[in-house]
Amino acid sequence: MAVVKLFGAWLSPYCYRVIWALKVKGIAYEYIEEDLSNKSPLLLQYNPIHKKIPVLLHDDKPICESTVILRYIDEIWPQNPLLPADPHERAVALFWIKFADDKSPLISKLFRTDGEEQQAVAKECFEMLEVLEEHALIGGKKFFGGDEINMVDIAFCSVAHWLGVIEDFAGLKIFEPHKFPRLNSWIQNFKSVPVIKDNLPDTDKMLALLKRRREMLLASKSS
Amino acid sequence: MAEEVVLLDFWPSPFGMRSRIALAEKGIKYEYKEEDLRNKSALLLQMNPVHKKIPVLIHNGKPVCESLIQVQYIDEVWHDKAPLLPSDPYQKATARFWADYVDKKIYDLGSRVWKTKGEEQATAKKEFIETLKLMEKELGDKPYFGGESLGYVDVAFIPFYSWFYAYEKCGNFSIEAECPKLIAWAKRCMQKESVAKSLPDQQKVYDFILEMKKRFGIE
Repeated sequence: MAVVKLFGAWLSPYCYRVIWALKVKGIAYEYIEEDLSNKSPLLLQYNPIHKKIPVLLHDDKPICESTVILRYIDEIWPQNPLLPADPHERAVALFWIKFADDKSPLISKLFRTDGEEQQAVAKECFEMLEVLEEHALIGGKKFFGGDEINMVDIAFCSVAHWLGVIEDFAGLKIFEPHKFPRLNSWIQNFKSVPVIKDNLPDTDKMLALLKRRREMLLASKSS
Repeated sequence: MAEEVVLLDFWPSPFGMRSRIALAEKGIKYEYKEEDLRNKSALLLQMNPVHKKIPVLIHNGKPVCESLIQVQYIDEVWHDKAPLLPSDPYQKATARFWADYVDKKIYDLGSRVWKTKGEEQATAKKEFIETLKLMEKELGDKPYFGGESLGYVDVAFIPFYSWFYAYEKCGNFSIEAECPKLIAWAKRCMQKESVAKSLPDQQKVYDFILEMKKRFGIE
């Protein structure tokens, strides 16, 4: 039987994208936690180009980049499909997944910046949310995937969970439910789905780690 | 029902070239519409309201945005001829990884080569060459990234060859001297009609870059 391994980091939204996909498909896997400040030789061997997590190992073959991994998982294990079958609908889904990939780094940038730079990033985040509210969730759908979550919902996990935690940490208020009613419904729906709810990093633990990381960042900036 | 295919594009765009090549590989008749990016058409704004960018592929009135998504769409819909993506899921994943790598690196680094000068340009040139060498390594001894025939990664990458002369002139360096195997690959691709018809003349691209530099005050 083929062995599936996932190299990840418990704080990374990109890692959770893969975890949820594997769980939705009912695939058993071995999880290996990476210390990103001290990357293992195995990780560097399996992802020599980017040296990043997540990396999926299937039958000893490495697949890198979370979106590439998600598409691979969806093709190898076709049950509970994560993309529409219709080519045009699929193209639209892929468009939003790319949008999520391009914009999600803004959320972690909020954490790594301060002052004027942070304000500029916050404005970009707000504009991203406006686009989603106006263009992506039209038609009164429960999820981007319709009645069930699909790869697009999974791709926007940073907006659903990480944004709120980083806002709390940084004392920012970018997402206001009354300004983004469709997005707000989607976030509530998404986080209620059992496979998501049962597999989200604990908020308090996240805040504690963010605090430690922020201190280290400031210390290295001033030195 | 007759297929109606329209491509909203801008002649020097390497992203637009990707879709041109894919459509040509499949032998698809389409209407090419040149966009003036300083005066975008109502159609473009309607078909790509989120980014307002080219290229946009419009198939029977329905838009597909983002060049690599267009190439994948074209490959799926017109799957009978000239397959661009491999059928094996692992090989497909590898192809997607490298096309994503081209997206992440080549355009930005190349842009920095022609937009900057001095130390900033020197750094950009160094990183750009490193990236090209990595692509060369991935190509190995294969005639194409897709193996024996033009594939997804070839289509994603070859458009930038039309910008190489401009990069070389602006950066004062020779790409062929650094990456001869890559240039051999590029010339091999250019022998294909689908590629030769889709890429603009390199001198024309260089003239365009010079005009851009003047317009943005980059000397």
